Amino acid sequence: MADDLTIAVLSGKGGTGKTMVSVNLAAVAESATYIDCDVEEPNGHLFLKPEIFSEETITIGKPEVDNRLCDGCKICSDACAFKALAVVKGKLLIFPEICHSCGLCYQLCPQGALTEVAQRLGVLRKGHRDELVVLSGELQIGEPSGVPLIKALLENITGGITIIDGPPGSGCLVHETISRADFCLLVAEPTRFGEQNLALVHELVTLMGKPSAVLLNKTTGDDNPSRAYAEAHGLPIIAALGWDEELARITSAGALITEHSRQYHRYFFRLLDQILEEARHA
Amino acid sequence: MIIAVPAENQSLDSAICQSFGRAPFYCIYDTESESSRFIDNSAKEASGGAGVEAAQLLVDENVGALITFRLGENAARVLRAANTTLLKAVNLSIADNVANFLEKKLVDLDEIHSGYHHG
Amino acid sequence: MRKLLILSGKGGTGKTTVASAFIALSGARAWADCDVDAPNLHLVSGAFPESSTKDYHDLPKAFIDPDRCTACGLCYDVCRFDAIEPGEVYQVDPIACEGCTFCRYVCPEGAITMVESKAGEISLHRRGDQIFSTATLKMGSGTTGKLVSAVKDQIKGADAPLAILDGSPGIGCPVIASLTGATLALMVSEPSVSGLSDLKRVIASARQLDVPVAVVVNKADINEEQCAAIERYCTDEQIPFLGTIPYDTAVVTHLNEGRSLAHADGPAAVAVKAIWQRTAALLEAL
Repeated sequence: MADDLTIAVLSGKGGTGKTMVSVNLAAVAESATYIDCDVEEPNGHLFLKPEIFSEETITIGKPEVDNRLCDGCKICSDACAFKALAVVKGKLLIFPEICHSCGLCYQLCPQGALTEVAQRLGVLRKGHRDELVVLSGELQIGEPSGVPLIKALLENITGGITIIDGPPGSGCLVHETISRADFCLLVAEPTRFGEQNLALVHELVTLMGKPSAVLLNKTTGDDNPSRAYAEAHGLPIIAALGWDEELARITSAGALITEHSRQYHRYFFRLLDQILEEARHA
Repeated sequence: MIIAVPAENQSLDSAICQSFGRAPFYCIYDTESESSRFIDNSAKEASGGAGVEAAQLLVDENVGALITFRLGENAARVLRAANTTLLKAVNLSIADNVANFLEKKLVDLDEIHSGYHHG
Repeated sequence: MRKLLILSGKGGTGKTTVASAFIALSGARAWADCDVDAPNLHLVSGAFPESSTKDYHDLPKAFIDPDRCTACGLCYDVCRFDAIEPGEVYQVDPIACEGCTFCRYVCPEGAITMVESKAGEISLHRRGDQIFSTATLKMGSGTTGKLVSAVKDQIKGADAPLAILDGSPGIGCPVIASLTGATLALMVSEPSVSGLSDLKRVIASARQLDVPVAVVVNKADINEEQCAAIERYCTDEQIPFLGTIPYDTAVVTHLNEGRSLAHADGPAAVAVKAIWQRTAALLEAL
């Protein structure tokens, strides 16, 4: 459908305002889906306060060995690329935290001694706030990789407008988030640190062939290294939001600025249209 | 008994490597024949699971005791399964540590640090 | 060697701002940027006369020889990482590939080999008796935790009583890798609902790894109510609360010009210096 559009809101550097922008855009959209892909530190639900209608435990498979069947042949431990298996004195030791759940060992075991068991990875919550569908994932503390949780979240993209609140950085979590996006909105702050990391995420987005644009956030009258970067790299600047102490305070209280200020409501309403326009033409 | 010591260089005068899993070499010393040799550590460049791989290497060499400064929990698990004695190294050369071992002057290594977990 | 790690949970709270100031104030001779995803510490660490950079390699990634591929699709069937792109000949997406070798195992034509994969670059900088370890992860790479461990390993043998590590946001593998072996994790938080929520999760991560924690609130006057909520949380959890830093526009100016707050004036700089004294005292006691 021509109206199906998935926008991923990213930044590279943390704390630039991804969530503030994502939740306010989602709040003013007439009908949309908001997906919080920052599964390590999800915050969107704090602002949107959705009514939860489902909570699903997402698991990941790890091997377990039946010692009666295992003969210590070492075929699995030799083949494991991640060294999550070791055979000592004819007995198999498994290191689930190092295991990447690739599935190879079960295939290789000549004795059928290995079975895959589900280990809790995190939780996927589905809720709504009026017409807005709100999806959130929360990674289990201690679990190193939220990638499968993000995959599970993104399977819920059904159509219409989807706004994805992305994780910080430019690593595997961000890569997974971008994979289903049609367009990326990069939120940048006016600092050298911000510019540095904007460059990294912009490079990733470009490498993955996704069109993007920048929203300059917390701008002041001073020189803006992120603006300079965008201009130097032909990255469209879709908007510039000035530093506003009131906006910061309201956001810090976990509230939506679009609900507290008619001016900001209008601003984000127009901004959403501009983003959708930019995304459709990209 | 076969003893292993993580080595910076292939010499008995060498310092003991601060890391277990990423030591470039291991000195394998046989107390019965009083001979030593050095083996390359295939795990030193490993992107993950270095402790497990290195420990497996020593288990395959029938190492009965390991003298080291540090050891992660994954490597410790492998070595304990093989009943390897874990001893704390002292800040001297490999040769001096072996001598200390023979004179029973080394203490048990009881501080095992949390393994580095994932890739 | 005591290792002080600066974390936050939430991004953008001021980890690098605090870390860089502490490095200068403490006279630390060893420091590292463990935020390999989005490194910034080098921007405020000054110039180094001696630097060496080397490639950091991930696990080799699968490569399908187009001349041997018969498009049977078996590799696609087994790959759990969505790394195989079907087509007239099948191709591997090297960013998604985790190097598990399952595809190589099943390929009936022997068309798949594992090829060297550069995951990033790791650098070691020296200035007199000071060393600074940092790295950049190649984008999209999933090898973050390993690279963080490599960054830490570079300063391990340093002749220094204290090392300061600038951490990354979140609670995932780079944070876990930076936490192992830390003497103290100082959490720099911000006074917001998001900030407190994220702080709780990163503290839980640190506790799971038995690393002692302490907390400071940066940009504290943005929301006094939220700041108080964080202080209350610390009291309830018996976590040392080492102080607050006011929002100060001068901070950005200093950082943008590559200077830490250590030798700056202004309310934020004054606060950071006082917090360093308390942190140093806490480190001594641990």
